Amino acid sequence: MDLIQLQRQLVDYRTSLYHEGFLDEQFTQLQSLQDENNPDFVVEVVSLFFEDSERLLNELSKALEQQIIDFKRMDAQVHQLKGSSSSIGAHRVQKLCIVFRNYCEVHNVEGCLKCLQQVKHEYGIIKTKLESMFQLEQQILNAGGSIPV
Amino acid sequence: MTVEQIGSEGKDQFPIGMRVLAVDDDPTCLLLLGTLLRRCQYHVTTTSQAKTALKMLRENKNKFDLVISDVHMPDMDGFKLLEHVGLEMDLPVIMLSANGDTKLVMKGITHGACDYLLKPVRIEELQNIWQHVVRRKKKDRCNSGSKDKPHPDSGEAAGIGNVDNNGKLNKKRKDQNEDEDDERDENGHDNEDPSAQKKPRVVWSVELHRKFVAAVNQLGIDKAVPKKILELMNVEKLTRENVASHLQKFRLYLKRISCVANQQANMAAALGTADSAYLRMGSLNGLGNFHTLAGSDQLHNAAFRSFPPSGVLGRLNTPAGLGIRGLPSPGTIQLGHVQNSGNPTNDLSKLQSFVPGNHNTNILQGMPMSLELDRLQHNKSVGHIGELPTTDSTTVFPGSGNLVDARITGFSNNPLLGVTSNSLMLEGSSQQATSHTSVSAIGFQNGNALSDFTSIAPASNQLQDSKAGSQGQASPINCNAGQIIRSAPQEWNAPRKDAPYQSHASINSSIPINSAMIQLGQCLDRNNSIFHRTTDLDSVGPLNFVDPLSIKHGEGDNSIMEPSVIEKEGYLMFQPRPHGSHVPDNIGSLEDLASAMMKQEGGCNGYSLRTSI
Repeated sequence: MDLIQLQRQLVDYRTSLYHEGFLDEQFTQLQSLQDENNPDFVVEVVSLFFEDSERLLNELSKALEQQIIDFKRMDAQVHQLKGSSSSIGAHRVQKLCIVFRNYCEVHNVEGCLKCLQQVKHEYGIIKTKLESMFQLEQQILNAGGSIPV
Repeated sequence: MTVEQIGSEGKDQFPIGMRVLAVDDDPTCLLLLGTLLRRCQYHVTTTSQAKTALKMLRENKNKFDLVISDVHMPDMDGFKLLEHVGLEMDLPVIMLSANGDTKLVMKGITHGACDYLLKPVRIEELQNIWQHVVRRKKKDRCNSGSKDKPHPDSGEAAGIGNVDNNGKLNKKRKDQNEDEDDERDENGHDNEDPSAQKKPRVVWSVELHRKFVAAVNQLGIDKAVPKKILELMNVEKLTRENVASHLQKFRLYLKRISCVANQQANMAAALGTADSAYLRMGSLNGLGNFHTLAGSDQLHNAAFRSFPPSGVLGRLNTPAGLGIRGLPSPGTIQLGHVQNSGNPTNDLSKLQSFVPGNHNTNILQGMPMSLELDRLQHNKSVGHIGELPTTDSTTVFPGSGNLVDARITGFSNNPLLGVTSNSLMLEGSSQQATSHTSVSAIGFQNGNALSDFTSIAPASNQLQDSKAGSQGQASPINCNAGQIIRSAPQEWNAPRKDAPYQSHASINSSIPINSAMIQLGQCLDRNNSIFHRTTDLDSVGPLNFVDPLSIKHGEGDNSIMEPSVIEKEGYLMFQPRPHGSHVPDNIGSLEDLASAMMKQEGGCNGYSLRTSI
């Protein structure tokens, strides 16, 4: 694929992510922070997000497997996940976290389990999509082009 | 990055180069925040550990202009960090959270945050944060500049954010002593030499306050005139004016607690204890009114005085309870109420009721303790003292018999008294979460109560006697926290030493409530800390409730903040000054209040409250 096509593909892809609610304007802000002084900012932040989220999701899974579920701790973890997902603009994940927290508050184990599944699912999706997007960007850069905004 | 802009260059171009310390345990958010701040051309330092942040700040408080911190952090609560920074370094702190609940925001405000931002943070919001630095600088300038003026009002106004409790105190005193002789005439001077302008600072320490109260009691509250009090106190370098202003505050305080005391008395009566003081303590439950303290105060007083042995502890229910002035009948006091935990001891149940059914009033929870104390005296069954809304049954006050389980769970919402709760002793029973507040509240209450008690000279006398008796009783007030019940009066004297407070881990010591109660009376003398903002708790001895509070903070860094925090808060409480920032209107604030109260003396009591947050 030639450069122009790649770039167009990237723009389309990105736009669709917004349209489908995977990303919100916070992600745009992230991108605006990237500049020549900070060329890999977005990738950096998103990578951190992936790491952190995976850790949190693992802990949440473990917590729900316990005999005695520590809802308070879980709530704190979900809260953190909510914070980080909102910071990078992972819109769907963030919304699910809110629901998840509600279940935690009322100590609804079933609800929590269900939510956790959903969060994991959405997280998986956004991760895949963002990774694809980064790949596209890399391809563009490799082809000598610049990332369109 | 504009790192190069720090230093004088940065300063000149303020807000460019403003030095910000960002704290957030979430790496994603921290990176984002740091980048955003740099984009605003600030000089940024980031850390994910609150403890590291504190360390950096302590090393050189002039290294930073502003601190931004997340609320939820694993190693230390954001509010706690906020307090520390406010107290020790007096830097503006901005709170950050993904949770924008009104309650949380309020908590941030009452803890002294100058702003509260929601995540995800946008750059537009960060671009204006430098205003907080400017504002604070201005305030400080005013504070110091006010010395010239005859009335350092600005100082007071600025005091809110001012960690300098003494200064506040002094300023207040100054105002009151405006027309005083000697130092006063400095007012006219243009260059204010603060020392010249105001009278030498008089810090109303626990000891001093105790002496004051003793003197007042001796003379009789009606006949207590500054001159005679001064003579009785026999303290060097204390002027009549100092005493006069202090007396004025004390009187206000007494008035305030008289209503509360009445209620408490009822409660106490219910308990069958003669120590109204105890009742009072319990009545403090109206933590809700903590702010108003007045209410509780009243209860205290009421309790003391009236102490009708009605056995019905009545519920000091919270705010309502506090204002129960007229509640002579214990009906309001439902000691039993409190005891959600189902205290085993019968007395406890009584006490429980003490725990102002109103969960809100956790503060009073401390009161139940007093009741318990009474009870202890009579029968060791009182175990309830712990009734204070502690969730744990750790009977805070080693009620005569089994205070240990005085869970004050009844307090439910008001963690204030958490007395029994494990950690704070006063932990609000149901509200662990709020336990902090409750504890503090209790502590506070206690402190207040104590002070009240002390003020109630007559009552105190009773107490004192009982104290003698109760001491022996030592019902094992098992505060979970143990600390709370500090055994007593002795402890109080020690200005908030963490140790004393904390050590109470098991109040099984005899101090128990009896002494506590008595202490109340004594405390009153001693404590008027409320006025002083010293830790009333100290004097209150019995109020060990308070201790928990202090204990709490004993955890460590308490000292740091507490004193100032408490002071501020304490000030707010007692002095109906709208310093308000620290007066916790909500539960959270109760803690603050409590801690503030405690702190007054530098007491640790308040501390615990605070730390518990």
